[in-house]
Amino acid sequence: MATEQTVGINPSIGASTPDNLTEQKRLGKRRKSKGAMARDLAFYVMLLPGVIVLLVNNYLPMIGVIIPFEDYRFQDNFFSSLVTSKFTGFQNFVFLFTTSDALNAMKNTILYNIVFISLDVIVPVALAIAMSQMWNKHIGNFYQSAMFLPYFISWVAVSYVVYAFFVSQNGFIDTSILKTFGIDQIDFYSEPKFWPFILTFFHLWKYTGYNLIVYIASLSGISGEYYEAASLDGATKWQQVKYITLPLLKTTMIILALLAVGRIFNGDFDLFFNVPKDTSMLYDVSDVLDTYVYRCLINLNDVGMSAAAGLFQAVVGCVVVLLANVGVRRFDPDSALF
Amino acid sequence: MENAVRKKKFDFNRISLPSNIIINVIFILVILLFLLPLLLVVMVSISSEKTILTNGYQYWPAQFDISAYEFIFKSGKDILNAYGTSIIVTGIGSVAATLIIALYAYPLSRSSFAPRNKFAFFAFFTTIFGGGLVPWVFIYSQLFKIDGTLWILIVPYLMNAWWVIIMRTFMKSSVPDELIEAARIDGAGEFRIFFQIVIPLCKAGLATIFLFCLLRFWNDYYLALIFVKDHHLYTIQYYMFQMLSNISYLTSNSNIPAEARRNLPSETARMAIAVIAVGPVIFAYPFFQRYFVSGLTIGAVKG
Repeated sequence: MATEQTVGINPSIGASTPDNLTEQKRLGKRRKSKGAMARDLAFYVMLLPGVIVLLVNNYLPMIGVIIPFEDYRFQDNFFSSLVTSKFTGFQNFVFLFTTSDALNAMKNTILYNIVFISLDVIVPVALAIAMSQMWNKHIGNFYQSAMFLPYFISWVAVSYVVYAFFVSQNGFIDTSILKTFGIDQIDFYSEPKFWPFILTFFHLWKYTGYNLIVYIASLSGISGEYYEAASLDGATKWQQVKYITLPLLKTTMIILALLAVGRIFNGDFDLFFNVPKDTSMLYDVSDVLDTYVYRCLINLNDVGMSAAAGLFQAVVGCVVVLLANVGVRRFDPDSALF
Repeated sequence: MENAVRKKKFDFNRISLPSNIIINVIFILVILLFLLPLLLVVMVSISSEKTILTNGYQYWPAQFDISAYEFIFKSGKDILNAYGTSIIVTGIGSVAATLIIALYAYPLSRSSFAPRNKFAFFAFFTTIFGGGLVPWVFIYSQLFKIDGTLWILIVPYLMNAWWVIIMRTFMKSSVPDELIEAARIDGAGEFRIFFQIVIPLCKAGLATIFLFCLLRFWNDYYLALIFVKDHHLYTIQYYMFQMLSNISYLTSNSNIPAEARRNLPSETARMAIAVIAVGPVIFAYPFFQRYFVSGLTIGAVKG
């Protein structure tokens, strides 16, 4: 259909004689400003639905940044409640930084993120490089698809998978593995010490396929001539990886890590809420700021504390991403995000 | 065959046979690690309840039984209702979101539109700063008061800055400026150009975004978790979530009467519900997977 359009359009341009052209140009210029205005108007209309959704979903809540500074009480109208609620200054933040639960959540958020950011670079890059060396590319595609599959499984379903493995009495680990080796059953859902590994495993399980594809995409952008030249000069495979592949992947690695660093105060709610099934016995190792904010608001109805933690996350996250970007721009402008 | 031999002769830079075998073995192990957890859920759902009670969850049950599925389709009225809600939300949401995202991306892709960078920033800024959970919840529950309606499961996911950027990049690379200029000279309005030229040329990109949306709506439990209290608005994911957390609650509290425990879905029925909820995604996966890969590949190119 599109090609028909092209064919239909082109002759009309070709038909204009040189005399006609100057005439058209003169007219066109005058018409252009008018046409450009109409065109811009149409563009604004196209942008409108998206702008409305962004205003409602993202920009209006920004007004709420004053909620943590007051003792918010809802009285029939959001805006008037915002104005009339009693101002309490930094009280909620003082509470936040003296509550052991909040500090624990903060610590967990940062530690898990550091582990995740490192593994999310190392594991997919290693797999992508290994995959690019395989003789049979079709099998490579199959491996890639299989590893991408968990990305599409909903987090609630993932919690069922975890449950099937780790629940006491019936769980696969207890009944099939530990029993076979004659080890006593473990009630995983009340033993925090296992969960850092379980959570890290399911993080990798869910996202490695995704990261792998991004790295394979940027690997495929590297010209094969580099490797040919290097191997003619007698470079080994390891040398090729070290001196060609890794330097050329650097930009992608930095951009992805940068995006993750900007979210270092954001725990992955889906992972930390679903995989341990919000079990209070595991909060020591499974609670992150996002699950803490959620619990404060929904379970404890502590609006002030929840909002304070949320604002802290948003502001620090924003500052961190800007700082990281400035830092990266200084030593490698190509890798900067903006 | 001849082709392979010729290739072999020229590709002097490839790894040795033992290395190739080792890499393949590693990948096969990784894939087993990735797929076997899912298989367990499927196998449990087709086990007989009795073998579960005696042997626990196993990959190869002593006895197969599909009564869990029969039970769901016969008496699982709530489940089917939740399934229906998920289908409606996913259908309306994905179409609306794709349209909104494409409409937002198109002006950003046109170099003749002067304020395009301002609007790109307007969308991008939401990815680096947000008001946080509390004000976001209050906007919907206290200002617009749509938390008791179907809209709450749709509206928050209608826009996504990353997908706008992917779509814009796609439009830039697959719609030639000359074509649009030509259509303009022929007197086509912007909307006509969008629907009759841009959309058909961007089918692959739109399919990618549409599938992203489809998955986001279908897999979502979060909106229901935060906002929904009414049983009629449960989505299938949230229904599953509720079921598992109720089970944990009932089994961990010994002072709950045995009566309440007997009403719990059987072990196999739980896993069968998980299979039914994930099933459509897995069956469709081989068909849509390449669109995601192409979407991610576009996204990976900075621009």
